[in-house]
Amino acid sequence: MSTRTETPMVRIRPASGWNALDLASVWAYRELVYYMVWRDIKVRYKQTVLGVGWAVLQPLASMVVFTVIFGRLAQLPSDGVPYPVFTLAALAPWQLFSSGFTGASGSVTGNAGVISKVYFPRLIVPLAAVAATVVDFAISLLLLFALMIWYGVPLTATLAFLPLFAAIAMLTAFAAGLWTASLNVKYRDVRYLLPYFLQLWLFASPVVYSITLVPEKYQAIYALNPLVGVIQGFRWALFGGQSPWPLMTGSLAVALVMLLSGLYYFRRAEEQFSDFL
Amino acid sequence: MASLAIRIDALSKRYELGANAGMFRYPALRDVLSEGAANVLRRVREGGAASLLAPKETFWALRDVTFDVPRGQVVGIIGRNGAGKSTLLKVLSRITRPTTGGADIFGRVGSLLEVGTGFHPDLTGRENIFLNGAMLGMRRAEVQRNFDAIVDFSGVERFLDTPVKRYSSGMYVRLAFAVAAHLETEILFVDEVLAVGDAEFQRKCLDKMQNVVRDGRTIIFVSHNMAAIKSLCQRAILLDGGRVVHDGAVNDVVDHYLSTGRTNAADGIIPDSVPRTGTGEARLRRAVVSTASSASASQIFLGEPFSVEMTFEVTRPIRDAVVSVGLSSLDGVRFASIYNVDGHREPWSFGPGLHRVVADIDVVLLPRRYTIDIAIIASNGNEIDYVQQALDFTSLNVSRAGADSYRWQTVHGYVRPQSQWRQSVETIS
Repeated sequence: MSTRTETPMVRIRPASGWNALDLASVWAYRELVYYMVWRDIKVRYKQTVLGVGWAVLQPLASMVVFTVIFGRLAQLPSDGVPYPVFTLAALAPWQLFSSGFTGASGSVTGNAGVISKVYFPRLIVPLAAVAATVVDFAISLLLLFALMIWYGVPLTATLAFLPLFAAIAMLTAFAAGLWTASLNVKYRDVRYLLPYFLQLWLFASPVVYSITLVPEKYQAIYALNPLVGVIQGFRWALFGGQSPWPLMTGSLAVALVMLLSGLYYFRRAEEQFSDFL
Repeated sequence: MASLAIRIDALSKRYELGANAGMFRYPALRDVLSEGAANVLRRVREGGAASLLAPKETFWALRDVTFDVPRGQVVGIIGRNGAGKSTLLKVLSRITRPTTGGADIFGRVGSLLEVGTGFHPDLTGRENIFLNGAMLGMRRAEVQRNFDAIVDFSGVERFLDTPVKRYSSGMYVRLAFAVAAHLETEILFVDEVLAVGDAEFQRKCLDKMQNVVRDGRTIIFVSHNMAAIKSLCQRAILLDGGRVVHDGAVNDVVDHYLSTGRTNAADGIIPDSVPRTGTGEARLRRAVVSTASSASASQIFLGEPFSVEMTFEVTRPIRDAVVSVGLSSLDGVRFASIYNVDGHREPWSFGPGLHRVVADIDVVLLPRRYTIDIAIIASNGNEIDYVQQALDFTSLNVSRAGADSYRWQTVHGYVRPQSQWRQSVETIS
């Protein structure tokens, strides 16, 4: 039982439009974040024949398709690295981002039943959706390392930077997901638009091609796509080549703007979630 | 005022109705027809863009609700469906925001608006206990400490490691209630969760609630079960149309509520303002109970056959309409439901326009007051229009000719099944 001395007070007031971020209450509910992540991971491949094999198959299939089309047929240059390794090094962070983004987008509507029956800080919902993608990412990293060893690409010390770039990918997924998750509550169109939007974003990021194909004078603008910094960061950490750090300023700045505006919009929109779900 | 647990001050909540609520809204043809084109144009001109943005249909679910709850008091909230009971709990539970007014709550709050919130069918009973506990705001340590008690209370220990989708519905609600019952907050909001499970389990739930009450916790309890309200609460608040209409000792308020049932409009017209749910391709416009001698009856004789006559306005064609009539007692027990598709009959196809539907019902209802819920649904179960307590009527304790009567002081149950009785002398062979 909680004691009288720590009695918290709940104040219920009309929607004001502006809400403090209130990270303290998210922290107070950290166990729920853990359980929701755990639930998502646990349930993801339930009742599938391949089970967790899907986490291997998804990047592998994309890698094969891209290698055949862009590596073999289109003969795109791959910075001197075998094309399969080259594209998988980008697919790993890309899929970390895109599955986190997709998951976060549908997270509020997907948890409608809970949101309309129980109070908890709503930010937890997209947060957990993004966090749940790390397991798949870890598996695709293992696949990547295996492929590098197979092709005789050396593993270097710069690998230590991978977690940083992966964190930026997740941050971007969370930031973009805050927007789409809130919009999706009112306008279910979001769900149908998302696949096209993601496809466009994929080709606006150096997944199938090398960043060196983008002319020097456009690179600053190009880097405003946060995934550009992330993916080049991955390639640099794995194979060396063009440094990602000059790109990083633009990529990070955009990611942070998306995050702050997303947080603001989400906190504003969440007051009406239960009325629209 | 150190002993105050909850202070509610002029709380009001407005909902916007209709699919376009809150979104950009053009004047609909319907508005033009009902208000006249000139009026609509004038409104647009005067209000500018604001009048197009303004949602038209609004509904006040709560109006100016004000009351205090001292620490340790158990308050029952009663009222008809749509009176605002659940909305009040949703606002107090911070699920939705009030439109005006506010409330302050002094203490850690737990709310049970549903049993099994967040249960995932693919997870096992054990896993769901922890997940559901976390959703309700329980700490992991708190769940662990109560784990054995929860399992014991639910009686599903043999199936703890089975996914709950393999549970029977009874097992499912027992487990769900067991988790909820072990929520250890100082202030608890409970919405009708006792109405689950079989009679034995309901008694167990009620006992558990009695214990919670004895712990000296502050509870706001919404129920249609007047017996439960009377046995658990000291005080009751009657809501009607979103307002507090009666607040006092539980017996006074419940008796007042039961004695002032709703009166039907003589012509049976169901106004738009009646709380209803559903997609709205059809709307119930009129409903009456009729008998051989009366076109609109508020009383029927014991055992007298009666009909429920309904008029639906259909705005879009419905290929597979299922019409349902539900009979409930005044204290909220639905004891019979009938459908036009009973006995594998085909659903009806309705074109736009007014449709008259009559259900002839032959049942001996014991002398009580009853309410009728009317629904039109699609054959896949989607609600098109659902009006709870669309009508009420009383069954008298004598038959029309006076040959039959109900002879007991207290009324046990709701219906009298047909029965044949025999007796003979038992001979020992």
